[in-house]
Amino acid sequence: MRHLLSIDDVTSDDIRQLFDTAAEMHDVQRRQVKKLPALRGRTVINLFFEDSTRTRSSFEIAGKWLSADVINLSAKGSSASKGESLRDTVLTVTAMGIDGLVMRHSASGAAHQVSRWIDVPVVNAGDGTHEHPTQALLDAYTLERALGSLEGRHVAIVGDLTHSRVFRSNVKSLVKLGAEVTVVAPPTLMPAGIGSWSKDAGFAISYDLDDVLPTADAVMMLRVQRERMSGGFFPTAREYTVGYGLTRDRLDLLPEGTPILHPGPMNRGLEIAADAADAASSLVLDQVSAGVAVRMSVLYHLLAGQEEGVTQ
Amino acid sequence: MPTVPQAEDQGRVARTVLDAGDISRALTRISHEILEHNKGPADLLLLGLHTRGVPLARRLAANIEANEGTAVAVGELDVTMYRDDLRSHPTRSPHKTAVPADGIDGKTVVLVDDVLYSGRTIRAALDAVSDLGRPGAVRLAVLVDRGHRELPIRADHVGKNLPTARTEKVKVHVIEVDGADEVLIEGAPA
Repeated sequence: MRHLLSIDDVTSDDIRQLFDTAAEMHDVQRRQVKKLPALRGRTVINLFFEDSTRTRSSFEIAGKWLSADVINLSAKGSSASKGESLRDTVLTVTAMGIDGLVMRHSASGAAHQVSRWIDVPVVNAGDGTHEHPTQALLDAYTLERALGSLEGRHVAIVGDLTHSRVFRSNVKSLVKLGAEVTVVAPPTLMPAGIGSWSKDAGFAISYDLDDVLPTADAVMMLRVQRERMSGGFFPTAREYTVGYGLTRDRLDLLPEGTPILHPGPMNRGLEIAADAADAASSLVLDQVSAGVAVRMSVLYHLLAGQEEGVTQ
Repeated sequence: MPTVPQAEDQGRVARTVLDAGDISRALTRISHEILEHNKGPADLLLLGLHTRGVPLARRLAANIEANEGTAVAVGELDVTMYRDDLRSHPTRSPHKTAVPADGIDGKTVVLVDDVLYSGRTIRAALDAVSDLGRPGAVRLAVLVDRGHRELPIRADHVGKNLPTARTEKVKVHVIEVDGADEVLIEGAPA
């Protein structure tokens, strides 16, 4: 593994190794001294062309707990907002001698493109509506700890699939780990061509949430991304909630203790009711804490060792 | 992917330097030494270094319990993240690090490993221990000391001093990991 741009880059064995390491990293969070020296003397840049608080700070903490020097750059207030091209920005920061680049961009495929220009490992922290591999890994890790194993377990992914990179990465990682996945959304928020993709990738499609919930071993709610929507994907917020929100009534349809996940930030009352977000079976905060451990694991495996043919 | 030359292992002659009985007697002696030095089992924590140090630490604890009738705390320590050669090898997954819930502060921590060689693993272990807390004292018990230290580190308790050439290989096998108790030394290629 040279970069982490997509879940396609990792095999199920790679994921297993990342999870094993993450489990040890998770233990570090409970220590008084939350610091490992594995990346001492390494510099990681978090280059965020899109707003993000949780992912950026999660990567920042992960890097710092591994003793790396972490620098955060956001496009706002940087030369990118003065018209500099992506290539020039990336080549400039790389020329400063960094050892790893964590990147978020609003354009799908941006991280792939950047990985061809530079010589250091690139971690995709979200590119447009394409992928968000570390989010998928932390979701699968959290779920596996809650369920014991994902093999044969039924996971429902519900919500705005069209605009969701989280869903695209999650479907791949969950299927790789043996889960049965059903994606649920209104027809207007189903990506074009999902029918043939679902056949190849081995997941199911449904338009009826109430039909799917009773057999779900876990439910993953997605945020309604109003900022990415240019028009009428659904008539009203109320209508969306009635059809596809995890409401108080739907909570009762779920088997007792069924884990509920949400990548955040949550639109309470829209895609998820407060009762569901705060339920004992809600893993929302576990996901956040696991996020640091999984990102530590990813940074460690990409940056700590010497790979063949890599000059560092 | 370059092929790994197999010639390195060819022509090596392995001979047993410690058998199961020798290992058992060495561990019995070390457990007595630990008790004697600590003036009893109070505040002892045996911290086994992965991989083979962990079962050895458990056996020492069992010996101490059999002698004193008091259970001694046992932990496991992985030093992967603290190694100074991380950059020169592909990464490997760390093993579990586990210490008792009440921590290691003020305890007499005895690091337990199978072979003491360059001392770099123990250097890493000392760093790892200092991140876990502040022990009252740290001591080192090893089954085999084969020499060739690269750092000013020495063991407090040694099962067997085994003078070796750098070209030789010392292999410790324990039942829990390898299915047999034995220490082998492999000579340089003929």
